[in-house]
Amino acid sequence: MTEKSKAKLILEDSTEFSGYSFGFRGNVNGEVVFNTGMVGYPETLSDPSYRGQILVCTYPLIGNYGVPPKEKEYGLLKFYESDKIHCRGLVVANYSDEYSHWSAERSLGEWLKEEKIPAITGIDTRALTRKLREKGTMPGKIIIEENKTINFEDPNKLNLVEEVSTNETIEYSAGKKKIILVDCGTKNNIIRAFLGRDITVIRVPYNYDYLNINADGVLISNGPGDPKINEQTIINAQKVMEKNIPVLGICLGSQILALAAGADTYKLKYGHRGLNQPCNEMGTKRSYITSQNHGYAVHSDSLPLDWREWFINDNDGTNEGLLHISKPFFAAQFHPEASPGPDDTEFIFDMFIRAIG
Amino acid sequence: MIRRDKPKKVLILGSGALQIGQAGEFDYSGSQAIKALKEDGVTSVLVNPNIATIQTSEGFADKVYFIPITFESVVRVIEKEKPDSIFLQFGGQTALNVGVELFKKGILDKFNIKVLGTPIEAIIDTEDRSLFSEKCTAIGLKVANGHTAKNVQEAVSVAKEIGYPVMVRIAYALGGLGSGIVDNKTELIDKAEKAFKFADQILIEESLAGWKEVEFEIVRDKFDNCITICSMENIDPMGIHTGDSIVIAPVQTLTAKENFKLRSIGIKLIRHIGIIGECNIQYALNPNSDDYRIIEVNARLSRSSALASKATGYPLAFIATKLALGYALNEIENDITQQTSACFEPALDYVALKFPRWDLQKFQQVSTRLGSEMKSVGEVMSLGRSFEEVLQKSIRMLDVGLNGFVGNPAYPGQYDDLEKELSEPTDKRNFAIAAALQNNYSIDRIHHLTKITKWFLYKMKNIVDNEKKIKSKPLGKIDKELMTEAKQNGFSDKQIGILTNTDHIVVRNYRKELGVVPVVKQIDTLAAEYPAQTNYLYLTYHGIENDIELAQKNQIAVLGSGPYRIGSSVEFDWCCVTAVNSINRSGKKSIMINCNPETVSTDYDICDKLYFEELTLERVLDIFDKEKPEGVIVSTGGQVPNNLAMKLHNEGINILGTSPIQIDNAESRHKFSQILDKIGVDQPEWEEVTTLKAAKNFSNKVGFPVLIRPSYVLSGAAMSIVLSEDELDLYLKKATELNTEHPVVISKFITDAKEIEVDAVANNGELFCYAIAEHVENAGVHSGDATIVLPPQRTYLETMRRVKLITKQIAKELEISGPFNMQFIAKDNDVKVIECNLRASRSFPFVSKTLKINFIDIATRLMLGEKVAKIDKSSFDLDYVGVKASQFSFTRLKGSDPVTGVEMSSTGEVACLGDDFNEAFLKSMLSTGKRIPRKAVLLSTGTLKNKAELLDDLVILKQMGLKFYGTKGTADYYKLNDLDMEILYRPFDNKEPDVLSYLDDGKIDLVINIPKSSEKLELDRHYIIRRKAVDMNIPLFTNVQATKRFIKSLKQYKSEDLKIKSWDEYE
Repeated sequence: MTEKSKAKLILEDSTEFSGYSFGFRGNVNGEVVFNTGMVGYPETLSDPSYRGQILVCTYPLIGNYGVPPKEKEYGLLKFYESDKIHCRGLVVANYSDEYSHWSAERSLGEWLKEEKIPAITGIDTRALTRKLREKGTMPGKIIIEENKTINFEDPNKLNLVEEVSTNETIEYSAGKKKIILVDCGTKNNIIRAFLGRDITVIRVPYNYDYLNINADGVLISNGPGDPKINEQTIINAQKVMEKNIPVLGICLGSQILALAAGADTYKLKYGHRGLNQPCNEMGTKRSYITSQNHGYAVHSDSLPLDWREWFINDNDGTNEGLLHISKPFFAAQFHPEASPGPDDTEFIFDMFIRAIG
Repeated sequence: MIRRDKPKKVLILGSGALQIGQAGEFDYSGSQAIKALKEDGVTSVLVNPNIATIQTSEGFADKVYFIPITFESVVRVIEKEKPDSIFLQFGGQTALNVGVELFKKGILDKFNIKVLGTPIEAIIDTEDRSLFSEKCTAIGLKVANGHTAKNVQEAVSVAKEIGYPVMVRIAYALGGLGSGIVDNKTELIDKAEKAFKFADQILIEESLAGWKEVEFEIVRDKFDNCITICSMENIDPMGIHTGDSIVIAPVQTLTAKENFKLRSIGIKLIRHIGIIGECNIQYALNPNSDDYRIIEVNARLSRSSALASKATGYPLAFIATKLALGYALNEIENDITQQTSACFEPALDYVALKFPRWDLQKFQQVSTRLGSEMKSVGEVMSLGRSFEEVLQKSIRMLDVGLNGFVGNPAYPGQYDDLEKELSEPTDKRNFAIAAALQNNYSIDRIHHLTKITKWFLYKMKNIVDNEKKIKSKPLGKIDKELMTEAKQNGFSDKQIGILTNTDHIVVRNYRKELGVVPVVKQIDTLAAEYPAQTNYLYLTYHGIENDIELAQKNQIAVLGSGPYRIGSSVEFDWCCVTAVNSINRSGKKSIMINCNPETVSTDYDICDKLYFEELTLERVLDIFDKEKPEGVIVSTGGQVPNNLAMKLHNEGINILGTSPIQIDNAESRHKFSQILDKIGVDQPEWEEVTTLKAAKNFSNKVGFPVLIRPSYVLSGAAMSIVLSEDELDLYLKKATELNTEHPVVISKFITDAKEIEVDAVANNGELFCYAIAEHVENAGVHSGDATIVLPPQRTYLETMRRVKLITKQIAKELEISGPFNMQFIAKDNDVKVIECNLRASRSFPFVSKTLKINFIDIATRLMLGEKVAKIDKSSFDLDYVGVKASQFSFTRLKGSDPVTGVEMSSTGEVACLGDDFNEAFLKSMLSTGKRIPRKAVLLSTGTLKNKAELLDDLVILKQMGLKFYGTKGTADYYKLNDLDMEILYRPFDNKEPDVLSYLDDGKIDLVINIPKSSEKLELDRHYIIRRKAVDMNIPLFTNVQATKRFIKSLKQYKSEDLKIKSWDEYE
């Protein structure tokens, strides 16, 4: 960094943290959440599930390997999870403007500036995380331009899914079998996972009535915010289950499927965001390390008849997946597509593909 | 949870003496394993002659055998103890090799012993190079292109096919012994010939020099749960052994994709091989693409796993034990949070950096070049929240007189050939990088020369840039912002003091006035995602709040011993852990401060608070500012804390035990000498001189030989015995600097004298307990290298009486409270004091465990002011003998002369008990890797006097049926005394038969080579023979007394006569 310009993070409870700006020079608000992953900032920043949020990295050294080029593959950015940065701001402890990696094209700071995302470094992110853990995630704002004011905002009240979902139907053809991908803010790697398995993906808007499309299965994707806002998506899910078509929910999709089945969801105090969440497959001694990013969860007590918990979190016992005892409906609260993260649970895609026959 | 198939009695093989490549990390892992077994109610039997370890202490294993870890003795333990299971993964390569032999020779089958954890077949798959390659390629994973060779010719043809340079590797070798990159056929043949002396096969493979080196620690249970605990990136790329590399956790310069790709590959391979428990996998990663190679898998706990445990807080060895017992990962709790599962991958919110410590300057003629063979003797780990911070901290932790990456008056930054320093790495390359940055070398240029990933170099440049900023300012002009920046970049007060020409205490006070102070952070394995109960702590300047409650009442701090090095190793860790245990039992709260990841003292569960921190005055004061302990113990961690005693005292810290003023009295040669004179205790004559004339005058007055201790060393070892005026002349002109600033201490060296050591504890000046031990070797061998026997076998009663009396007098005069150690020289009944340390010495665990009286526990309790019952005198009267012997690592130190002298060169030690002196002696020799000769002996026995002294013993040796070879002088002498031997010629004699080819051909299995004197010329004459013996792994004796004792014990004991008795059977 050539010049050091001061910046502040202010939380709704009026706690202030001082640091230096390294992204776009502007003020921003959002829900402050923390992620414990130690790598993968290009993927994380472009993950639509972070829509509306100010992301705090608990790992202090960020920017080390720069950011990759915007190469395309299957019409998708190859090294990113969507076309742009979705979180509203970034908070780190120790940003590195100098980077080195063979695949890097530019620095993280340059990318943030281009995408107009404010970022702040020099923060005691551990102290901040401890606060969020104790008090729960809360609205906050990054102040870089002292003379301009900005209010706190709770983005969970917004229809964030609408902001990140595709506006049109896109078909990615790869094979005879077809799935509908209900795009609530899907990560590119979900699409890649199916294309790599020779399955054609038809990506539709989150509220699209896809029941008329002839497909072998339906996948409800990950996405930001409160699942209950997505009423039409829930209704569509109910309809598709009535037709006995195989359905897989991922993350937000898992919550939507649960709501469609009649279960309830709630907001977690500070969510699960990281690459190291252990999930136990119920009734077995197997646990998988999963990549996660969610602020809401399914109430396991509220599961209706014939639904079972599939996975639970080994750390706090919360629900991490559901399945129907007789029908091909299942859901994972975590991200089997990883990116970033461990690929331990990729088998879920294979299971789903077997289910669609 | 009750397991039906749980073992009842487990045999654990330790790793023996500390040596390069196999050090304290195995005390850590073995101790954890025993704790885990205890928790499950499983009986444990431990074989480990390393008496200084914590794992061999009371309260750990149910049975401890201080015997050699060899196939032969382990079989006898099995016959006696009848264990149902065995653990092989906690004793390094030593245990693994013995385990494989037990398996291959059918012993495990015969006694129906189950190998717990990773099956032995899987171990063999990972150890055998070609099997390993097959395993990897079978599932489509990439290994370095290469082939095994069973002889030199094969090696040459494989290398030709691959193309030079090639990497030569040896199967079943610890620390990459004998491995290395060769550039041409001649080098290859040389290396291969040496390698085949150790191994049946070698591997020739493509050279990956310059690739990134990355490691993962992987854990798997029998239910196929498989997770990676820690990733580590070597800052030094491939080509330098990971044990000699600076390593950072987690990886810094890999993308998520690369990271998780390597993770998946590792898990796939580990499942395929069938590891159960813990293992380490190493990769080479192409710095210009995502191409990779798997380098190796260590199917056992290793140095890396110890580091990973400390870096993450995840107790790998403990968990590995539980998994071996059949638990599933998710059935075990995360001990740090006490509410989450052990089945998770730690998320760090800090970085951990390991820096190796080398002691190469201790060795004559050794090469300082780093390569694929490990040379470091210890390591430190620093924790912080930026690379700059951890790098500078770690350099200070090394305790080699460096203040950090920059600001080192000892490294003026001038190099004859800086480019060469950068491209041909030695133990000092980092400081060459600092110099290059200071001289405005571009990052590209440094990268080109070092192949170090640029990101690390950018960070190093930040430090140099920061240095420039400070340098241009007087202290008073450094504002809060710059001060914070400097501290966040790891600058110490001392570095800032050097840059601003200010005393470090002035900097400290100024800094505190500015309000720039560090904060305490926890290592909690989950990056603060869950509340943690952990007491595992570090300090950083990248923070605004302390994580924990500070300054509780009743806290006592113990200062640890820092990195293992020659002269200070696991013995002091035992002393510190013992002191902490005593504090815990006393009802007070213990605070441990140490920075060595290979230790038990840095296990967070042994104390109330663990500060994994620098043992510098600044950092210790930082901690004390926050914690305000009632007192601090400086006498159990060796010389490092001892040196801090006075400085801490001056800052108003309450030092428990002997007053720091008295410590200073004992440390200062002048003051101590005066005290001895005052109480009428004799000492060898000595003088501090600043001119050659004065040196000569003194030496002629007292008579040669004299012992010289320079205060500044130009080359070679620091201390030396000088035999003549000519030699004195040479030595003082060439080897040292002699002037008023750098005086030299000369003392009379007494020949043919015995050395006697006393380890003791006193209470307010009154001797409380003591142990007198005797050196086997005559004076002239450093006490750290000498073989020590307890109780003394050849010392006159009158001498013992005098020794005790003097010890009492000194305790009184120095008002000693706590542990202390004294060294005496005795000739006839004349006793002189040669050293006095007002702290525990390295023989405290040996005497405590041999006598079964814990000197450190007693000392700690006395220092805490507790009443300790007097020890019954009969407790000191033993019916058995203990012998402590030193372990050398000359094999690993290319070029070093394997001869002992006044400078210590051993890296570890063992001690064995026996019914008599000879039994204990022979056991301890076998425990350091010496073998009973079966074929022939090569003799070269020094002076006439030495030759005569050895005559009787050699006759015995000859009667045992061994063939004798001798160098010319030796053969001629013994021929006159009716002891025939064949003459072998030295290389420069240019005559056949040649001694080296006989050694090469394996015709000789014992070399007795006694230098006539310690004169350099004399040493050089036989250097090549000794070196060859070591390179060929042939047992070597260079000392008359030790040789005699060895032969005497061989006469009395055949190996099968050595008794297999556990520690508690010696009563």
